[in-house]
Amino acid sequence: YKSTYIPPPARYGGRHTVTLIPGDGIGPELANHVCELFRFCCVPVDFEVVNVDSSMASEDDIDNAIMAIRRNGVALKGNIETNHNLPPSYKSRNNLLRTTLDLYANVMHCQSLPGVRTRHRNVDIVIIRENTEGEYSSLEHENVTGVVECLKIITKAKSLRIADYAFRTARAKGRRLVTAVHKANIMSLGDGLFLECCKEVASGYPEITFDSMIVDNTTMQLVCRPEQFDVMVMPNLYGNVVSNVCAGLVGGPGLVPGANYGEDYAVFETGTRNTGKSIANSNTANPTAMLLASCLLLDHLKLHAYASMIRRAVLSILTETQLHTADLGGKGSTSEVVQSVMNAVQSTGPQTLSI
Amino acid sequence: PRLFKSADIDLCPSNGGQVIMYEMLILQPPPAKYGGRHTVTLIPGDGIGPELLNHVREVFRFSCVPVDFEVVHVNSALESEDDINDAITAIRRNGVALKGNIETKHTMAPSVKSRNNLLRTSLDLYANVMHCQSLPGVQTRHKNIDIMIIRENTEGEYSSLEHESVTGVVESLKIITRNNSLRIADYAFRLAREKGRKRVTAVHKANIMKLGDGLFLQCCREVASDYPDITFDSMIVDNTTMQLVSNPQQFDVMVMPNLYGNVVSNVCAGLVGGPGLVPGANYGRDYAVFETATRNTGKSIAQRNIANPTAMLLASCMMLDHLKLYGYASMIRNAILTTMNETRLHTADIGGQGTTSDVVQSIMRIIQSKGPLISEL
Repeated sequence: YKSTYIPPPARYGGRHTVTLIPGDGIGPELANHVCELFRFCCVPVDFEVVNVDSSMASEDDIDNAIMAIRRNGVALKGNIETNHNLPPSYKSRNNLLRTTLDLYANVMHCQSLPGVRTRHRNVDIVIIRENTEGEYSSLEHENVTGVVECLKIITKAKSLRIADYAFRTARAKGRRLVTAVHKANIMSLGDGLFLECCKEVASGYPEITFDSMIVDNTTMQLVCRPEQFDVMVMPNLYGNVVSNVCAGLVGGPGLVPGANYGEDYAVFETGTRNTGKSIANSNTANPTAMLLASCLLLDHLKLHAYASMIRRAVLSILTETQLHTADLGGKGSTSEVVQSVMNAVQSTGPQTLSI
Repeated sequence: PRLFKSADIDLCPSNGGQVIMYEMLILQPPPAKYGGRHTVTLIPGDGIGPELLNHVREVFRFSCVPVDFEVVHVNSALESEDDINDAITAIRRNGVALKGNIETKHTMAPSVKSRNNLLRTSLDLYANVMHCQSLPGVQTRHKNIDIMIIRENTEGEYSSLEHESVTGVVESLKIITRNNSLRIADYAFRLAREKGRKRVTAVHKANIMKLGDGLFLQCCREVASDYPDITFDSMIVDNTTMQLVSNPQQFDVMVMPNLYGNVVSNVCAGLVGGPGLVPGANYGRDYAVFETATRNTGKSIAQRNIANPTAMLLASCMMLDHLKLYGYASMIRNAILTTMNETRLHTADIGGQGTTSDVVQSIMRIIQSKGPLISEL
């Protein structure tokens, strides 16, 4: 892997171009708010919008989106709906995007946010989930009518890669403990291989403690005592479940951003990838997750000042209970929240006179 | 010791609390052998299993429950399958079993299958039923939880079919069949109707595993059409786990394939107070095996007298209900729930400092004080 990371080249006078995929449900409105906010803060990012129509059977739309991401290197996306009523040959668009671009690591940082009242306190877990193989290989067949076999693929190469990513990230963030989540007592070859790869990589990081836990015990411990977890690494499906449990623990799907990293590309989205069809266009969606995801995007582009400015504003707005949206138990609207964030940025950002 | 007359008036929990008399029961109980006493296979297992099952036997003897236990040991360290085959034969003979969890060592060869899994698949115990209820007396972050989880127990991700055709690439097969899916869905709806439940939720991941979980979902919908009095809906597993953590009161009965069942049942066990409180049952057409719901071995707390016996004792009450010994079942269950209310008897897993033997002693004392007196018979 590259040991010294070079930021993607800024084009056209110091401004970055980022692919924006609005998606379905609440995606488009939240993406608009992000564009609004970036324009207000004078962030040097231009968005190249690529629409993906989830109802079409042809894969042209998603291919265009993938090409745009290859061109720009970075993307911000909303979730693209996968309609169950379409035939099984129609693959999930989000999945196609992740596997084609080889975005092998899904990173979600769940933290208890001040201002949001939850049943659990002091949660601070980084979940690193393998993003391309495992149960999501979309390889299924029905040799005998009424008997379906789904293949769950675990490979040594990818397991080593994700374990390495996890330990590197843990070291970079100064974390002490990495927990591998598995079900190797039942799937002894598959998850056994994953566990072995994690152990191999762990031996190269003596300052970090490595332990493992079976997925059922993990979910139970997460519900009783989430403070015991630090960094967690796991295959695809367990990652899906565990990240949703953790999102629920810190306050819901509207608060946590997620990032998908590959060798060459990075795509940012909400952590729990909800389409939110039922609350679309009603101005009640919580923009926090998408705004924090855009901050992760800015950090990736090394625009740290803008990132921290926006993040500070978003977190300070979260402490005001009257602005909480419906998912946090309040009555605020999305546009109010975004307006307040912009006001906060205006009042605390650097003045033109002082530059 | 207290004795029961054969015609006691009793509360029958499976009838929603209606008072019935034994002599009015129309259904035939499973054949009691040797003078009205049932024989039940007992598999101690590893970790905390042996000590908890000893306590169960103690309580049963104290309450004069007409059950004899046939103990079958299964050594998890041996590669040969003779032990577990003997256990399976014993369960076939007796029809009912109570078991502790048998450890599956990761360090052994992959050809050594999980003994618990072998038992479930050989006896075709297709339905794992877990009833998670908020217990009074146990302080939890969530209140008013009452969820029944019905989990397919024999196929899905637990088929133990894995192969490594190319070095470094392992393929695990997850099997979903129409027959087993219809069977479990039918079980779920029948149980929901029997218990007067209003809603069944199927948990799946059909947006990704379209053929597999799609088939499961289709089977559930087919069965649902025969039960118009029960609402059926479905939810993707990731959303389900998040909803369980935020708002568990919305769920009523849940049905799902094997792996999701494992995760969801552990989340629910955590919500109501931990692994030491919830009993689980595995039902097949001909056999029934009872154990703790989350199937923990508890190796780290074994032999230290700190394990919570509640789950195992409630499992033994479920077993008594299955054997139609409702009087004994409700007597022991009431004693357990009364003991749960006393905070100083709480064991370490629910935040107290009590010991296992204290809890069991307290249960026996309550049985002694509340049960029918010999002089009243």
